[in-house]
Amino acid sequence: MHINRYEKTWIYVTGVLTAVMVGVLTFYAIANNIHPPSNVETIDSASLHLTAEFAEENLGVKTNADGSVTVTLVGARYGFYPRRIEVPANTPLKFRMASFDVLHGVHVPGTNVATMVVPGYVSEVNTVIPTPGEYTLFCNEYCGLGHDQMWSRMVVVDNGSAPQ
Amino acid sequence: MTRSEKATGLTLASLWVAFAAFAAATILGLYQVIARSGIFPEIQSPQLYFGSVSTHGVLMAFVLTTFVVMGFGYYSATSSLRRPLWSASLAWIGWLVAVAGVGLAAYPLLTGQASVLFTFYPPLRAHPSFYIGATLLVVGSWVWCLQMIMMMLGWKKENPGQPVPLVMFGTVANAIMWLWTSLGVAAEMLFQLIPWSLGLIDTVDVGLARTLFSWTLHAIVYFWLFPAYIAMYTLLPQAAGGRLFSDEMGRVAFVMLLVISVPIGFHHLYMDPFQAAGWKFLHMAGTFLVAVPTLITGFTILASLEIAGRLRGGKGLLGWIRALPWRNPMVTAAGLSLLMLTAGGFGGVVNASYAMNALVHNTQWVTGHFHLIFGGTVVIMYFAIAYHLWPKLTGRQLVSEAMARVQLWLWFIGMLVLTIPWHVIGLLGQPRRIGSKPYDSPLVEQWLPHEHTMITGGVVLLVSALLFVLILLASHFGRESETDTELRFAEPIHPVLTLPRTLNGFAFWNLIILVYIVASYGYPITQFFLLETYGALPWSI
Repeated sequence: MHINRYEKTWIYVTGVLTAVMVGVLTFYAIANNIHPPSNVETIDSASLHLTAEFAEENLGVKTNADGSVTVTLVGARYGFYPRRIEVPANTPLKFRMASFDVLHGVHVPGTNVATMVVPGYVSEVNTVIPTPGEYTLFCNEYCGLGHDQMWSRMVVVDNGSAPQ
Repeated sequence: MTRSEKATGLTLASLWVAFAAFAAATILGLYQVIARSGIFPEIQSPQLYFGSVSTHGVLMAFVLTTFVVMGFGYYSATSSLRRPLWSASLAWIGWLVAVAGVGLAAYPLLTGQASVLFTFYPPLRAHPSFYIGATLLVVGSWVWCLQMIMMMLGWKKENPGQPVPLVMFGTVANAIMWLWTSLGVAAEMLFQLIPWSLGLIDTVDVGLARTLFSWTLHAIVYFWLFPAYIAMYTLLPQAAGGRLFSDEMGRVAFVMLLVISVPIGFHHLYMDPFQAAGWKFLHMAGTFLVAVPTLITGFTILASLEIAGRLRGGKGLLGWIRALPWRNPMVTAAGLSLLMLTAGGFGGVVNASYAMNALVHNTQWVTGHFHLIFGGTVVIMYFAIAYHLWPKLTGRQLVSEAMARVQLWLWFIGMLVLTIPWHVIGLLGQPRRIGSKPYDSPLVEQWLPHEHTMITGGVVLLVSALLFVLILLASHFGRESETDTELRFAEPIHPVLTLPRTLNGFAFWNLIILVYIVASYGYPITQFFLLETYGALPWSI
């Protein structure tokens, strides 16, 4: 078997390049605690209304004792309910989401909020949004002929919290 | 060898199915890019749009690819091994099964009963014949895999100790990879979607379905890509007037693609809640490993082109590039393909990045990315393969190499004009899979100019696609006969005298894949049987 010496060098270079990319991503994942939404929690989507957490009257924004905020949302054709939420800037936010029917996905451009919303499973996203303003929650997973219509509003308000 | 021993008829039949599907799908593509921009509100209809997107996806990603892989594989196997098909009648049966599958899937697609996109998305439920048709297409491709493996084994028995020709080694690597990787979608179809769509079972576990589909979902892209790489290693160096820089490194790259690509589809689940972060992290590392065979291929191909350029009198650091025979469609296509691979590969790194993925997941960035990599890098090489094989298959000269060159350049330009703004609107937050934009958001205004540019790209691509089919048709029924119908493959600069057994067969690598796939997917699949999960009822679109 014959391997040219330049080729050998190149193989080392590609190995190092790959290792550096994975290394950088590993560093930031650990140092900044950035992980994709992965809470592995099941729920019966057919009876969301019977659960305490996702019953209609319990949806929306709640401030916890430690000052952090929990946002509970249900994705259903065609909207994320409640359709309009107001959350504080510079405050730890925990989004808890479940699907009422089919597969959905949520993405809020300008923030790190993104997750699939899968029937049978609870999605959880933790973030802090520094910039007040109006944001849109887009459904980004095909969920039926009305998929384009599926969006909701999030208003981030400045409540005087210091930047995190 | 006679034409029938070379499987010429079967090859032509496969390629024509592929390119007819391709032409139809390009027309749908132009409709979609115009409809989504909203400049003609009267053509906006969700029924039409999502029916079109589903059909476009199935035709491009399943029909075009599978039939090119099969046609090119059959012809390069008979030509390189100099022996007929293992079983010509079985190969034709495989072709018929695949064509029947396409027909079965076409009926619900064209009547709006399978607008669930080509990636299925349960618990949306399509007409059962859509799932059954797609499965038959895969079964037809398995017949091809079997032929390729049996032909290589038969040749090795008659030529003990001889290196399997590189083109055949790559083709069999692809066949074996496809057998491994299609098991995921096969399991999803056979145990979940087909019985569920027929009403035999009530619910599907969407988490399990998505995990099984991910098993197939990324390696399928390498199934499509393999013919492009095989052409770069075994047809391009000669077309450029040179030699292959290294036969052995080609084998190493093929083996790495085979082994590494099988479990990496897991990165499609980064944003899914039902898989734990640790698994996603491990799979990120596995995904990045694919950079290695890709970069090795880049080196070997560029080195082979440099040899060709210098043999043709090119001097200096980059003078060899000018000296290459750019008039040859294969050389033009490969050059443009490598440019698109470089740009698209960069986007791929972003997608594969564990946490950065959140910013682009399911945005138009992703659709832009795979159109650049698949529609650009891969499909332009399908054109080159067709131009290269056509005179040999039909016995007629290509009507015009100049027209072929124009067609390739149009495809390249159209693809850039389409996909660069496509990436941009993705970064500007436009979600995927929408046919209109009824949002009360300032982002909508920012998307508009880019969407108008994309229409131009779509028009150029359609012109190029129709020109391609026209060139093939005119050549097929042309008058000028071609005397040289022998398909030859590139010679390496250093002839292969000895090879380790692991670079001349796949037994060892199958064992490695088995261990790797069990380690990668064993627990992520098993967990669905350990957790208390709740299946989803079927929903219509």
